[in-house]
Amino acid sequence: MDLQTFWFILIAVLWSGYFLLEGFDFGVGMLLPFLPRDERQRRTMFESIGPVWDGNEVWLVVAGGATFAAFPSWYATMFSGFYQALLLVLVFLIVRVLSFEWRSKAESPRWRAVWLWANALGSFGASLIWGVGLSALLYGVPLNSDEDFAGTFTDLFSPYTVVAGLAVVLLFAFHGATFLTLRTTGDLCERAAHASKRLSLPATIVAGAFLVWTVAVAVDRNDKDVFPPVLPAVLGIVVLVAAIVLGFGGRRGWTFVATALGTVFLVATLFTSLYPRVMVSSPDFGNSLTVDNASSSHYTLTVMTVTALILVPVVLLYQGWTYYVFRHRLTGEEMEGPVELVARKTGG
Amino acid sequence: MVLASVVDLARAQFATTTIYHFLFVPLTLGLGPIVVAFQTLWYRTGRDHWYRLTRFFGTLFLINFAIGVATGLVQEFQFGMNWSVYSEFVGDVFGAPLAIEGLAAFFLESTFLGLWIFGWNRLPPRLHLATLWIAVIGTWLSAYFILAANSWMQHPVGYELVNGRAELTSVWDLLTSTWTLWAFGHTILAGLTAGSAVVFGVCCWHLLRGRNVDVFKPAAKVALIVLVPVAAFNLWFGSHFGILVTEQQPMKIAASEAQWDTCQPCAFSLFQIGGFTEDDQKPSFSIQIPSMLSFLATGSIHGQVVGMNELQSQYQKQYGQGNYLPPVRTVYWSMRVMAYSGSLVALVALLGAFFYWRGSLVRRRWFLWAGVVNSALPFVATTAGWALTEFGRQPWIVFGLLRTEDAASPSVSEAMLVLSLTVIILLYLTLLVADIWLMRRYARVDPPEAPTEGGEPGPLPAAGY
Repeated sequence: MDLQTFWFILIAVLWSGYFLLEGFDFGVGMLLPFLPRDERQRRTMFESIGPVWDGNEVWLVVAGGATFAAFPSWYATMFSGFYQALLLVLVFLIVRVLSFEWRSKAESPRWRAVWLWANALGSFGASLIWGVGLSALLYGVPLNSDEDFAGTFTDLFSPYTVVAGLAVVLLFAFHGATFLTLRTTGDLCERAAHASKRLSLPATIVAGAFLVWTVAVAVDRNDKDVFPPVLPAVLGIVVLVAAIVLGFGGRRGWTFVATALGTVFLVATLFTSLYPRVMVSSPDFGNSLTVDNASSSHYTLTVMTVTALILVPVVLLYQGWTYYVFRHRLTGEEMEGPVELVARKTGG
Repeated sequence: MVLASVVDLARAQFATTTIYHFLFVPLTLGLGPIVVAFQTLWYRTGRDHWYRLTRFFGTLFLINFAIGVATGLVQEFQFGMNWSVYSEFVGDVFGAPLAIEGLAAFFLESTFLGLWIFGWNRLPPRLHLATLWIAVIGTWLSAYFILAANSWMQHPVGYELVNGRAELTSVWDLLTSTWTLWAFGHTILAGLTAGSAVVFGVCCWHLLRGRNVDVFKPAAKVALIVLVPVAAFNLWFGSHFGILVTEQQPMKIAASEAQWDTCQPCAFSLFQIGGFTEDDQKPSFSIQIPSMLSFLATGSIHGQVVGMNELQSQYQKQYGQGNYLPPVRTVYWSMRVMAYSGSLVALVALLGAFFYWRGSLVRRRWFLWAGVVNSALPFVATTAGWALTEFGRQPWIVFGLLRTEDAASPSVSEAMLVLSLTVIILLYLTLLVADIWLMRRYARVDPPEAPTEGGEPGPLPAAGY
């Protein structure tokens, strides 16, 4: 395997990691306005992703950095071309950070509702745009012969990419609800289980449709054969159908494994369909960026490969350990709210 | 008529986001080790006040870190978003330290910080302390790789030009270039100065109110133990960094002194009016120290400093027609604001140490107020320092290789930039209000009580939702 292919796969792995991990914290975020019954349940939902959302976001940072280092032309063309979309993502992600930081810092119900909705909106918006943006890489956007983006914001949107966005949103909501069934207890846990069941069918249908459509787009617009993209697509559909069955059978742990695999196969289908191109040009297919014409030099790729082979396993090890440390369910009794704490300490 | 070009707007946006980001970075770099010191002292002595200080300053550290993460993401995205020509040109070299930073440092700091925040009652004390040590080491590693990337823009090494792009030939040269090492040392010292000055300022504020004196007096001592040597050493270190800059980017040094003609020996201008443009090279008023510039720029009082006029004609021969002068006035004043505020911090620190030694610190209210105000100075200094570094490199984005005016994204229009700049300014103002409000709030509360026998310590206030 040449280094370009290795890095293409590694970037796909980083995106998979990002979808798998931030997928559930986006999902929990999107469910915030609908699931919890009272303030304690709301706080428990925030707590459930509190220790990990920041670390989850690092997967995105590293995916971005890896793209910059391994495929500078891809990074440059995609980030400048998808300017407004990425600006929106940044806004959504920053609003989300604010909501984590701010919501609990004042007691007014209106204040807390505003930041709760901000988190939900940020989670929804970022999920939607990642779906649209990544699928637009495959569906094709106008590129000129200088490898520059020659279109507008609206070129990112087509029925296919919009379905992709919706599929990602629904899948993340399903994934997040399932995650909550493992991290909470009592009433909230039951409500999460109920939501997970209700989301499982629409998520699977839309994501399944997206996967099938992706294979068709790969054949149609990216000069691919049905195989190999069909392989991860079929696996994706199988695990999502399994998630429905497992969910209704009350096997919550296995349902989560299935939704996690669902997000991974979704990314895998997209990247398998894309390879060897990294950004399809449409209408001028010849201007497409490929792993070869967009990549760094052999030396840089070698340096980066050695670094990645040493560090990625280490990262996986300690991130896994974090999840092990925080494996206990949250009962809603763990934490004293900061406002009460401040109030008590200042005597006011 | 176009009021501002894409390049101007993109520069304005980059300056906004970077200056903003670098308010959080030095504090993270400096506050981390101090919180580590508090927790280590608590672990070793078991005394309550160290525990309370760990929790108290740990909260400030976290508020700061979270916003640093959010604004750091913008930093990474905007190279590609606004500077796609630059990104393609340098990606092979510049992308590598950025990606390594993510893999080696950013994962480390955010994961272990998460473990530290939520690990208070879950991890054994020794392991819990270790998670903070690792997170802090992660922040320093992070700074190192980012500075390696920036240093390459200042002084490109270990590359060759292939098909109009820079390609890496030696990652070792990139990571160990003299500029990288000096910039790293200078930044870490500045970070420690900022962190300890903030801790000292918060202590002064609490001492003024006369509350929790038993907790904040030992904290003030720790802060001074860090601040005095670090602030003083950084003055020396920074001026020695200047000698390296004289060798590698003489134009930056000449501009930072508004030195138009080559001189030997050269006087240092403490303050001047006029003398900042090609048509007006003689200041109408100035205060100078004889031979001082020679010493600062070359390390010898007899040293020669090449002036901007000579460098301009030399660069025109080397790189072709064009204006190779950075914005002289901005660079001159950035240098002075940095040096003067840095010196002032060192002075306040020395005075503080003197009063502490005499046992009169708590009584001298005027000085405690000075200590509070002093905590803002390191941020003035670091902002001015980056202005000096970045404005001083102009017109280059990569020194000698690529001009800033040629580096912006061709597919991004003025309208898009006006929109994004507006959005970013509004968002960042909100963030700034948030951060200052939170920091003030949590800097003013009493530090949390130490855990009682058999009781479990609660979570950090800022970590609760």
